[in-house]
Amino acid sequence: MVLKRVSGRKATEMRPMIAKVGVVPNADGSAIFAFGNSIAIAAVYGPRQLHPQHMQDPSTGILRVTYDLLSFSVSDRKKPGPSRRSQEISKVIEWSLLPVLDLKEFPNTVVDVQVYIPQADASTRVAAINAASMALAHAGLPMKDLVTAVSVGKLDKDLVVDVDKDEEDFEGGEGPTDFPMAKIAQSEAFTLLQLDGKIPPESVKKALAMGSDACNEVYEVQKKALKEFV
Amino acid sequence: MDISNLTRDYLHKLFKEGQRFDGRGLLDLKDVSIEYGVSNKAEGSARVKIGKTEVIAGVKIDVGTPYPDSLDSGNLVVSGDLLPLASPRFEMGPPGFGGIEVPRLIDRLLRESGFIDFEGLCIKEGEKVWTLYVDVYPINDDGALIDAASLACVAALRHATLPELTEDQKVNRESKGKKKVPLNESMLPLSFTFFKLGDSLLLHPTREEEEACEAKITFGASKWEGTLMINSCQKGWETTFSRADIETMMDTIPEKYEELSKKLNKLLK
Repeated sequence: MVLKRVSGRKATEMRPMIAKVGVVPNADGSAIFAFGNSIAIAAVYGPRQLHPQHMQDPSTGILRVTYDLLSFSVSDRKKPGPSRRSQEISKVIEWSLLPVLDLKEFPNTVVDVQVYIPQADASTRVAAINAASMALAHAGLPMKDLVTAVSVGKLDKDLVVDVDKDEEDFEGGEGPTDFPMAKIAQSEAFTLLQLDGKIPPESVKKALAMGSDACNEVYEVQKKALKEFV
Repeated sequence: MDISNLTRDYLHKLFKEGQRFDGRGLLDLKDVSIEYGVSNKAEGSARVKIGKTEVIAGVKIDVGTPYPDSLDSGNLVVSGDLLPLASPRFEMGPPGFGGIEVPRLIDRLLRESGFIDFEGLCIKEGEKVWTLYVDVYPINDDGALIDAASLACVAALRHATLPELTEDQKVNRESKGKKKVPLNESMLPLSFTFFKLGDSLLLHPTREEEEACEAKITFGASKWEGTLMINSCQKGWETTFSRADIETMMDTIPEKYEELSKKLNKLLK
């Protein structure tokens, strides 16, 4: 690696992770997950009766995810309420979790996942996925596996894992690339892939390998938190 | 998705053999055509057809104020809606997720590629800049809508001219400006959406094929200093992609980009 990270981290070094379940007593399942200063709180409610009724599916329960930044989580206050960005991220998080869930046993119901970011330092959607996945497990829903997520960045030509805000705003050379990804923990099946920036196709392949290794580290942290609860 | 299991199973079988109803190979592109001047009131506009899919895009340009974090740069606003005019699948009412996803994907492709010279849109630093409104609407959806829509936006931008200002610094709507919107035309941002059914990957699906598929992923690509770069990506729907799938796509995109850009060089103004 040619460039030095502002935080002094090595290319494959993630920020300290925090993971804990059972943080919202009212919820059927809940978890907090943090990558350094990026914190996500997730709560799961359900399976419960779905309203409006016309959305009900008699063949399966459905998953409904709401993700948003809290207004004070970023430097310039975020106007409360859904934005195009938060609606898009909610949907891709929903898609990222569905492959591990089987809600066929709960027809006509909904599982609501609420994820909010009280403090943001980039990589919030992947922190949100990690928290949501743990909260679903904590709720005791039938799951094939956990979903683990991380973002890989490219600063000029160098690949790094777990992008922070300084890195997201990097300037120079080929600029910054943010490549958030999620996969089924014990496989190489990717459930979320998004990307912004400038990255040659060959580097995409390398970034996937790097992200996959980082996801394995996240998985250990998630597992530990769930076991501690039991 | 409204498709019968019978059709899905048959398509699944067909794809496994590398075949499609219309005789194309799985990664073969449909025919592309471009027309300009869809609306003479727009600063630039274009109609793109990819097979039977038809999309129109228009650019309106206004004077705006710059964002505090980029005082010397113009603004870009991409929006659109999946009009019920274009497909029985599209519903009336406020924009659903599809109506949010399409413009956001195009916005990121245009922005990240560096296709638009934002600093060239500055009129007076810190005070006045040009704001580009790019609006895209489907006329007929027969699959690969995002790929058609992003091409329509690129074509409309290449067709667009900056308006002139009147003496009291208002936009002169009476006559068309002569100056082109500042673009880095050689970058040519293009999007490629791969669809997956079983283990088969395909490009430029028909609506029926698209409805049979279980996962999709859109990549935006452009040329930066002569090198092909991926600028944006978004996976959609409920099934996963393996690492091998993505690697196949990374090998396919450069080839398809060359093929399509060669065709477009003749079509684009």
